[in-house]
Amino acid sequence: MTSAEEASRPFAGLSDVSIPDIPVEGDISLPVASSARDDEFSTLDEPVKETILRDLRAVANKFVHVLYPKRSSVLLRDWDLWGPLLLCVTLALLLQGGAADSNDQGGPQFAEVFVIIWFGSIIITLNSKLLGGTLSFFQSLCVLGYCIMPLTVAMVVCRIVLYTASGKVSFAVRLVVVTASFGWSTFASTAFLADSQPSNRRGLVVYPVFLFYFVIGWMILTFSP
Amino acid sequence: FLFPYIQLDFEEAANLMDANRDVVTISIGDEDLKAKRQGPAGGFPPDVRKNLDFLSTNKCQCLKCRLIMFILFWLKLLAGQKKSAPFWTFEYYQAFFDVETHHVKERIIGSMLPWPGKNFIQVYLRKNPDLYGPFWICTTLVFACAISGNISTFLHKFGSSGYKYTPEFQKVTIAATAIFTYAWLVPLGLWGFLLWRNNKILNLVSYSFMEIICVYGYSLSVYIPAVVLWIIQVEWLRWCFMVVALCVSGSVLVTTFWPAVRDDNPRVTIAVIAIILLLNALLAVGCKAVRSAGVSYVLLHPCNCCTNDSNPVSVG
Repeated sequence: MTSAEEASRPFAGLSDVSIPDIPVEGDISLPVASSARDDEFSTLDEPVKETILRDLRAVANKFVHVLYPKRSSVLLRDWDLWGPLLLCVTLALLLQGGAADSNDQGGPQFAEVFVIIWFGSIIITLNSKLLGGTLSFFQSLCVLGYCIMPLTVAMVVCRIVLYTASGKVSFAVRLVVVTASFGWSTFASTAFLADSQPSNRRGLVVYPVFLFYFVIGWMILTFSP
Repeated sequence: FLFPYIQLDFEEAANLMDANRDVVTISIGDEDLKAKRQGPAGGFPPDVRKNLDFLSTNKCQCLKCRLIMFILFWLKLLAGQKKSAPFWTFEYYQAFFDVETHHVKERIIGSMLPWPGKNFIQVYLRKNPDLYGPFWICTTLVFACAISGNISTFLHKFGSSGYKYTPEFQKVTIAATAIFTYAWLVPLGLWGFLLWRNNKILNLVSYSFMEIICVYGYSLSVYIPAVVLWIIQVEWLRWCFMVVALCVSGSVLVTTFWPAVRDDNPRVTIAVIAIILLLNALLAVGCKAVRSAGVSYVLLHPCNCCTNDSNPVSVG
């Protein structure tokens, strides 16, 4: 065939091309997205310690954010309920062992503390959602749970004080510590929750949070071994 | 509010009423209910209301008539509610929280300062009852009762030997049961009773279920400072506070419900007002009894009473 004829008919020249058995080799470079997918799949191979530590680091990061409540969205963006569960169980365990001889007129049992904290959080979350809040259900639970941390610290301090001192001095110290941590908790959670409400209903949302932490603070203050 | 979409056919009812041939067939669906305004004698258009009123004054006691009366009861309940979303959605309950901070503050102050002639529902609620106030006032009262009882027990027994301080956490459960029963079941009974009397008397003033719950909830708000002041260890002062709280709370309830029952038979009027006040007094006395029950228990319990003191003293 002449070159003119070949040029006029597309793909004409391919009809008699024979492909030899040449192995093809080289590097295929994948786009960035699939290389990240490869990384995620590879977390299956990482040691268990690394997996657990990643979650623990996230929880610890949120604790730091509660200690220094700035207007950051870490608690809201990556909410998790591990921290609240840890704090709730710690607090409930520390509140055990009080008034051990009479079970009837004793302090709150483990189940009572657990129920108060979780049902209290759920009711406050429902309340803020019914009032038109923009936080999601679990974000709100996360915030309320994490902000119990100052009160848990106060509980630890109170137990230490009760072992070392007793009487009026210990009561005064415990009162100051519990009041300070109650104020801290309320302030920290208000910093997160109040922003999600329209300004004419902020008081209505803040009051139940105040009551919640007040009751928990009361349980801590009245703990007597 | 339990069955928002009732399809009711009155044809059967028409067959029963031999005396009155102009009972029409009414089928009531959800779109009719949505269009109803909240009016004094139910939210139905006049011709429907005429037939419903006739049916409700019917004296026949056969099973079909009684079933129809029962359905009418729930229809009236639905007609009184202005919320149109079905009860299983979130929006239905959101409509009951349509208040602002200053509204709640005004309502609480209004319930603490009753004025004869100022009907709480008409002056403060103004067709916008809320569930926020009643619920959180009840919760606050529960914890205030438990905490103040705890503190006063502690202060009372502070000097005596052998006393071991206990937080007495069980008081919270008892107080919660009593207060929530009073604030939610008594309005239900009162509302049902007023509805029943309305059928006989055709009152101009009728209250919806939410409004009655609202009044009862806000009327409890005066007990919160009273319970806190009960910590003071002077007995006559405690009785003074209790009587004042009783009077204020009772007068809020009486000024609200007087217009609804005054057109009735005088015996019924007096009975209703008396029962309202009696239940209120029972709550106040019950609160006091719960607080002092802990003290007498502590004294009688062998582990906790001091060894020299053997006569059980009940402290009020």
